[in-house]
Amino acid sequence: MEEVAVEALTEQEAAVYDRQIRVWGVEAQRRLSRAHVLVIGMSNVLTELCKNIVLAGIGSLTLMEDAPSVSTVMNTSFLIPVEQIESDKSFLTECAESLKDFNPMVHVTVEKGSLEEKPDDFLNNFDVVVVGRSLLKYRMHVNSLCRKRGPKIAFLSVDCRGPLGEIFIDLQTHTYVLKAKENVPHSLQNLVYCSLEEAIAARWDRLPKKTTKLFYAMRIMEDFEQSNSRLPGQVTLDDLASVLDTRKRLCESQGMPETLVPDKLLHRLLYAEAREHPPVCAILGGILGQELLKVLSGKGEPLKNFFFFDPMDGKGITEEIPRPDDTPIIMQSAEIEI
Amino acid sequence: MATPEELAVIEKAKVLMVGAGGIGCELLKTLALTGFKDIHLIDLDTIEVSNLNRQFLFRKQHVGQSKAKVARDAVLKFKPDIKIEAHHANVKNSDFDVEFFKQFNVVLNGLDNVDARRHVNRLCLAAGVPLVESGSTGYLGQVTVHVKDQTECYECQTKELPKTYPVCTITNTPSKPVHCIVWAKDLLFARLFGDRNQSSDLIVHTNDRTSSAATADTDFFNIKDGETPESYACRVFDGVFGDNIEVALRNEETWKSRKRPRPLYICEVYSDAKKPRIDGSCNSPDGNDKHTASAARILGLSNPQEVWTVRDSANVFLKALELLLNTRQKDIGSLVFDKDDQLAMEFVTAAANLRSSCFDIPMQSLFEAKGIAGNIVHAIATTNAIISGLIVLEAIKLLMGNLDDCR
Repeated sequence: MEEVAVEALTEQEAAVYDRQIRVWGVEAQRRLSRAHVLVIGMSNVLTELCKNIVLAGIGSLTLMEDAPSVSTVMNTSFLIPVEQIESDKSFLTECAESLKDFNPMVHVTVEKGSLEEKPDDFLNNFDVVVVGRSLLKYRMHVNSLCRKRGPKIAFLSVDCRGPLGEIFIDLQTHTYVLKAKENVPHSLQNLVYCSLEEAIAARWDRLPKKTTKLFYAMRIMEDFEQSNSRLPGQVTLDDLASVLDTRKRLCESQGMPETLVPDKLLHRLLYAEAREHPPVCAILGGILGQELLKVLSGKGEPLKNFFFFDPMDGKGITEEIPRPDDTPIIMQSAEIEI
Repeated sequence: MATPEELAVIEKAKVLMVGAGGIGCELLKTLALTGFKDIHLIDLDTIEVSNLNRQFLFRKQHVGQSKAKVARDAVLKFKPDIKIEAHHANVKNSDFDVEFFKQFNVVLNGLDNVDARRHVNRLCLAAGVPLVESGSTGYLGQVTVHVKDQTECYECQTKELPKTYPVCTITNTPSKPVHCIVWAKDLLFARLFGDRNQSSDLIVHTNDRTSSAATADTDFFNIKDGETPESYACRVFDGVFGDNIEVALRNEETWKSRKRPRPLYICEVYSDAKKPRIDGSCNSPDGNDKHTASAARILGLSNPQEVWTVRDSANVFLKALELLLNTRQKDIGSLVFDKDDQLAMEFVTAAANLRSSCFDIPMQSLFEAKGIAGNIVHAIATTNAIISGLIVLEAIKLLMGNLDDCR
């Protein structure tokens, strides 16, 4: 794929973006500058994401507070100077002003009201929608809106619970350039993603044995919060017994033993309550930011379709759920006659 | 959020950060949010515009100011109750001795060169303080942990030396753009504007020394009495791109298995066109500001991504040479190449391109040439953010005494 005619960037863009243009090229930078991103929710990990994509030079960033959740971001975030915490302006407005300051070339606004109140084609204004901590049904709703509306809208979601984090990506279909290597020229690749609903509907007893346990643990937390009318993040260690019951119920319905999800993991998720571990927010916000930039620039292979991080693993883990080849994989130690 | 045990250790820890740039800004922010309360920060650098795409604690109005100080001020705005001591200084400064290092529980590096990393490594070993090393380039980054007597130190693994090229490749047989850029920067630019008394590899002889190019004359590159900048520039052009190549061609052995270069003379380049106006009196309004004075712009070549033609390159060569002679008289003889010196960069790009055209090597845009000549490290915010998170996670493990958990 040859770089097309080299139309000049503005002098300011060329000066500020010099070091990143050397990474992804002028054409990708131009595509970023025409991109419109909607971020629903604000949490520590989302402040990291917003910082990253604003610095990268997207066209516009719209902030919206829609799905209620509990977050500690208003207590401390690097976006808001302490002296402004008590100001009259809304938290999102403060965030927007700060982000504008990071890169005046990006249009940052706050959209008031909820998604429900917006006209049907509201989401069409965006190339990407990112949803933070929220009830599963809210995320599925937004994901289905992204899939229904005219032009393809990429959907990404992220939640960080203490030191544990999960990212989900649905690009519907995505074409990207695979860089030339050795004797292989540049080529166009195509990926097909499943919806959030399809991913969540995947039977646990058909997933590969080594699938990270954090995937299942997050589903248990979602179910617990939903069933107990809790806001996402509104949990404490006092809920452990109840969460273990949820685990029992879910594992049974999925044909899996309870040992699938260690007590310790659920303990850590509950201990976190609504907090997010800052170094993990930096990591997740960086990964999510990079995925978003890949989607917008069409360069680089995006993640498909879940990413997990647990410092105790010492690595990030990508899972494809469900797998495209729907061959059932025997999870249990079934006796096989030889 | 850290566990209560971790938090207790974090809040009491005294941390030294070396570097307040790409990794440093992200790291200082992450440390502050994680609960660290006592941080020293050393950085000798000042802020530049090209930092702003990722060093997010800095704004346009901070250009020229100390990175360490501005970073500290920015973080105190959202975490006013912590202690950050900023040192606008070189970490190799004797103030930062073993005693200084001993006061810290851990040292975190966010440096961009091996020399400083070695220095810090040795001090950490001498002081018995654990070191978390890191680095990043584009999408790649890494974090390593070094604890005296328990892990290998930073220098245990040999580091790749910076790439150098054999002199004969640069002077006689270039085959890649970088060879021409190095020639233009380290030989031609240095000879014309730098120390005249240094011996130069710019001169070309035949192997049997029976003939030399006109450039062999020690005074060749000095402007003659009464010589106009125009005729000087043309004389230099013909000398290095014409005469030198003619002489080199006489060494038959060299070209037995290599493509023969073609000499290039002014009269060929301008056979059907006018040379750019060189009137010896430069009235460009920004002529004295080395960051904005530009020959390319005067010539209408305003897109740094565009690759110039041979004619364009010749135009820039002549014009930049004229502007340098006229506006930097006092520096001539001691000028050192700086990639951010616009005229110098344009001159080097033009000269490298002209040489490339003689040797049938693809020419480079100003943007590409600057990257090569200036050894620019490409960089983005996301990689540094991820690295900062990993550094803090490792630092916490170290402080907790969990060396086995460290990656």
